[in-house]
Amino acid sequence: MDILKCTAVELGRKIKDKELTAVEATQAVLDRIDSVENTVHAYVTVDREGALKKAAEIQKKIDDGELTGPLAGVPVAIKDNMCTEGMLTTCSSKILYNFVPTFTAEAVKNLEAAGAVIIGKTNMDEFAMGSTTETSAYGVTRNPWNPEHVPGGSSGGSCAAVAAGECFYALGSDTGGSIRQPSSFCGVTGIKPTYGTVSRYGLIAYGSSLDQIGPVAKDVTDCATILEIIASHDLKDSTSVERETNFTDALVDDVKGMRIGIPRDYLGEGLDPEVKEAILAAAKVLEAKGAVVEEFDLSLVEYAIPAYYVIASAEASSNLSRFDGVKYGYRSEEYEGLHNMYKKSRSEGFGPEVKRRIMLGSFVLSSGYYDAYYLKALRTKALIKKAFDDAFAKYDVILGPASPYTAPKLGESLSDPIQMYLGDIYTISVNLAGLPGMTVPCGMDSKGLPIGLQLIGDCFKENNIIRAGYAFEQSREMMMPDMKGVE
Amino acid sequence: MANIISDETIEYVGILAKLELSAEEKEAAKSDMGRMLDYIDKLNELDTSGVEPMSHVFPVHNVFREDVVTNGDDRENMLANAPEERDGQYQVPKTVE
Repeated sequence: MDILKCTAVELGRKIKDKELTAVEATQAVLDRIDSVENTVHAYVTVDREGALKKAAEIQKKIDDGELTGPLAGVPVAIKDNMCTEGMLTTCSSKILYNFVPTFTAEAVKNLEAAGAVIIGKTNMDEFAMGSTTETSAYGVTRNPWNPEHVPGGSSGGSCAAVAAGECFYALGSDTGGSIRQPSSFCGVTGIKPTYGTVSRYGLIAYGSSLDQIGPVAKDVTDCATILEIIASHDLKDSTSVERETNFTDALVDDVKGMRIGIPRDYLGEGLDPEVKEAILAAAKVLEAKGAVVEEFDLSLVEYAIPAYYVIASAEASSNLSRFDGVKYGYRSEEYEGLHNMYKKSRSEGFGPEVKRRIMLGSFVLSSGYYDAYYLKALRTKALIKKAFDDAFAKYDVILGPASPYTAPKLGESLSDPIQMYLGDIYTISVNLAGLPGMTVPCGMDSKGLPIGLQLIGDCFKENNIIRAGYAFEQSREMMMPDMKGVE
Repeated sequence: MANIISDETIEYVGILAKLELSAEEKEAAKSDMGRMLDYIDKLNELDTSGVEPMSHVFPVHNVFREDVVTNGDDRENMLANAPEERDGQYQVPKTVE
């Protein structure tokens, strides 16, 4: 069997059973990178030597019985907005072109303690602002299912790397759908956990009240296993929460009596008919397994995107003020005085989409507009949260598409930002309400591109969506692109 | 476009955002921001009177800890990525004459 087809948990078991070593698994991934990375470009940085060295160290600890966890020795890719000590961390931005952190993000530390082998850092939309991975300062990532198409974003590199077999699993981050939408486009599984579940320490902030780190992998079992490892209560992140993290307990093929609601608002105008058909077919599978499925009106769906862009841009304008050419990153070559240095460094270092959001954020926070825009958006957020609270009084899981369409072609999205933002309609409200959401592949369209099913749970109820996702997954074969003509 | 962004507004936002935009970028920013605000104005359809602004989804407020030092001297690490440094400090252009 081609080991690259193994899930992360399967590979971990093979390493434990001495069928192969962590070094062999790492080498297999590096060979795969050699053959497909020219086309896919999932990575900003690949640390070949570091990964092989680490794999050997970890193998020794496995042999000595020091590392016994399910993912010991399994190669992973990390989105390039998480700090990794000694390894370039760019956020896919020119402004961090030379930033080598002196500390490691807490989620990555948790993985390292579990014996992960870090292969490198994955490409993304600059500062996670975008839905296609085309706003990266280091070139576009291509969809492994069809290189003419985008992988989605902003965690496009992480999702493409998993789909293409360039790692066994990856970490992504999700502020408005940045794990779930590219997972859908790339035919992989990804979870955005309840806000506060995974520490944001060392995650370069975009919209702090919305950002969460989460797993991207080949199946639900992998995602639950990874999430169990990265979730932790961390005093270094004051929004981190203490909670149950027994996610793998939910890996049972049983949805009898589970109440599943499909928002009618998620099936209306703008939804590709092929995506709709696949989503409803997935609901039928769960219904046949004993779930009680019905449609309902969630309401307020169309207000989530405008509220999100106010809140996320406002937080971004504040968070990104730290990039000023003083403490790290890019400093302009020519300037006159301190203020001009700030301005020039930022103007030369940030790309157009990042500047657009910083400008909008600065505007909505400025005096005279703060109440009309920022507070209005926070009030809308409260109403959206209430709508979900009402829904979860009736349902255990909300089911719908992750995206209205499958992966668009490269170059088709950036010319009309608002149109691109509208593509986040099914994912964005989940971040506003702090809820957990998961994408599970559920079919292919007639162009041969993957379709993703989104399952949304109430706060801290990851186990409901994991159980539903796992049960659904038992009904289908794992999908991997053949990548003929790419290697 | 209902929201017309003036040159003065873009100038002012550029100061707040610490961004220096070229003439071309300014024109693009004016039209982009106008379109975004038109779209965001959709929120005005919603009656939010009496609704408290929600900054945090959970009832988490300030998180306090004992006032004890937990970190050591980290100067070398903090300066490791500085574009310019001198005598163990960040170096910036002269700010006071």
